[in-house]
Amino acid sequence: MARPKLAVWKFASCDGCQLSLLDCEDELLAVGEAVDIAYFPEVTSRVEPGPYDLSLVEGSITTQKDAARIREVRACSRTLVTIGACATAGGIQALRNFRDHGHMLSVVYARPETIDALSSSTPIAGHVSVDFELRGCPVDKRQLLEVVSAFLNGRKPNVQSHSTCLECKMRGTVCVMVAKGEPCLGPVTHAGCGALCPAYGRGCYGCFGPSDAPFTAPLARRFLATGSQSGDVRRLFSTFNAAAEPFANEARRHDD
Amino acid sequence: MTTRTIQVDLLARVEGEGALSLVLEGDRVVDAKLRIFEPPRLFEALLLGRACTETPDITARICGICPVAYEMSACHAVEDALGVRVEGALRDLRRLLYCGEWIESHVLHMVLLHAPDFLGFPDALTLARHHPERVKAGLRVKKAGNAIVRLLGGREIHPVNVKVGGFYRVPGQAEIAALLPDLRSAREEAEETLSWLATFDFPAFDRDRELVALRHPAEYPMNEGRLGSTHGLDIDVREFGAHIVEEQVAHSTALHARIVGRGSYLCGPLARYVLNADRLSARAQAAAARAGLDPSCRNPFRMLLVRGVEVVYALDEAIRIIDSYAPPAQACVPLAMRAGTGQAATEAPRGTLYHRYVLDDGGVIRQAQITPPTSQNQRGMEEDLVAMGGMLASLPLEEARARAEHAIRNYDPCISCSTHFLTLAFEQRERS
Repeated sequence: MARPKLAVWKFASCDGCQLSLLDCEDELLAVGEAVDIAYFPEVTSRVEPGPYDLSLVEGSITTQKDAARIREVRACSRTLVTIGACATAGGIQALRNFRDHGHMLSVVYARPETIDALSSSTPIAGHVSVDFELRGCPVDKRQLLEVVSAFLNGRKPNVQSHSTCLECKMRGTVCVMVAKGEPCLGPVTHAGCGALCPAYGRGCYGCFGPSDAPFTAPLARRFLATGSQSGDVRRLFSTFNAAAEPFANEARRHDD
Repeated sequence: MTTRTIQVDLLARVEGEGALSLVLEGDRVVDAKLRIFEPPRLFEALLLGRACTETPDITARICGICPVAYEMSACHAVEDALGVRVEGALRDLRRLLYCGEWIESHVLHMVLLHAPDFLGFPDALTLARHHPERVKAGLRVKKAGNAIVRLLGGREIHPVNVKVGGFYRVPGQAEIAALLPDLRSAREEAEETLSWLATFDFPAFDRDRELVALRHPAEYPMNEGRLGSTHGLDIDVREFGAHIVEEQVAHSTALHARIVGRGSYLCGPLARYVLNADRLSARAQAAAARAGLDPSCRNPFRMLLVRGVEVVYALDEAIRIIDSYAPPAQACVPLAMRAGTGQAATEAPRGTLYHRYVLDDGGVIRQAQITPPTSQNQRGMEEDLVAMGGMLASLPLEEARARAEHAIRNYDPCISCSTHFLTLAFEQRERS
């Protein structure tokens, strides 16, 4: 039987999520045997034509060209999974959505009129239908392997959508908010990282985006009551998943 | 004279995506453009108004391959603005973290991305069918480097434990010593890997030009040093802007850098090695000698071997740091916000990475400048292709295209870093 064809696509991003696959040092060669890596420019010069059984899409849409390209990618993919905060929420570059884009271009480029860049950074699901969204900035490599394995075997990925806070409790980490008064987005952030930041003594900064039913307002009030300034709260909700709606809405309630 | 046209839509096995256009008349390259059109992500603009303490987390997202380099340059630049020095065991831990990134990034490039070029394979998976033990050994060395980043940083990509002034948490002695057995065996395997790479055929292609890297009084450069070159540059990093300018060119969303009054230059492993070979450990120097390298090397194709030497060095250095480690009393130096300008350059795996921030009295960023290695090397890469005209013209079409791509990959270009994308369009046309 022919092996399933895997394609990996990049839009505006840092490369880190697709690199997570190459960071699976123990599993990489086995993955390469189990699937036909048909399109993955970061890894191979070989390009096989579609259709592809599974497309992993990294990055957000920030140019006209990419808005057209993602539709081509969808058309040649049986299953399309977005990987990481850029592809699922617009990424850090979505901070432009809340600012004067022309001014931002002129900060970086002497001749901004020559640059093709949209004034917003949008997730893949804003352009085409997406079969599954894997969170994280970057994604967790164990979750990435789980998702690839699940789709290739026709089952639902075992990826939980509860909060990082719950992961942290299960890990047995002392709460950084209770013990140290550190602002922590764990209660409203999607699980997946294993609650890394609190284990290193810092508050979660929300790189996996909002969890299911995130109650951001009481958490923000708690931050303000324990010494955070309004600008700090705004920035905390407005970083790697700034355009994810629950975070964007909470950020809007606080001034710089 | 014959007319030949080669098109490659996407340059593979590099970080990020971009294009190259090459025009040959006879055996002369009349135009070479490395076209970087990766969508701009505007980091220097989105940093405005953010707290200076956010720079390591935010700038890490410029590059998933070398996030530690961004975290390091950001921390040092902000600390320069705040008048803070990070010394002792905290400084050692930063150097150890950087060793981890050099190891994983270099081995990724050497074994998984670049070695296939030398042996005519499309990728490392095909390479692994012919040389399984070599690829597996490479993956083990890479994993040992990543284990350092994982312990000190929390995760391999976008580590969470780095902060301005130090770390959130520092490891205990036993925790860090647990890395040693794998690092020791990785050092042996890195030496064997280098010996294998040294058996490859390297095209004869010496290019004499200015090489730029940090130089430190006692160490092979990572986090600190003066900026030096083969052509007499010897400046404090704070003078970077007076000597190196960046300009926008029509075919790229990456800004091109050049030295005022002299033009293009190259940074990266070859420059570091040529300027700092005397700072390598004895073991790394011996490995370099066995691989046939010496500081007179000017052949960019041999940069593969220089990376191999740097991996041996980074493993050696990591072991040395761990052997002498005693946990510091505090994980972080206290910070007090103040207005000021801060600058720093550190040595990312691909070369010198410069950050400059202007802060207001609350520590909020009012100006940011980031000069990544790939934008500094972009012009030099184009010049290599121009100089390769004779070599490319003498090869059959497919081989010429492969060789041109190979030449670009010598630099391990990080297009995501430089903001940007490569397609290779190569045409050879008859002189009219």
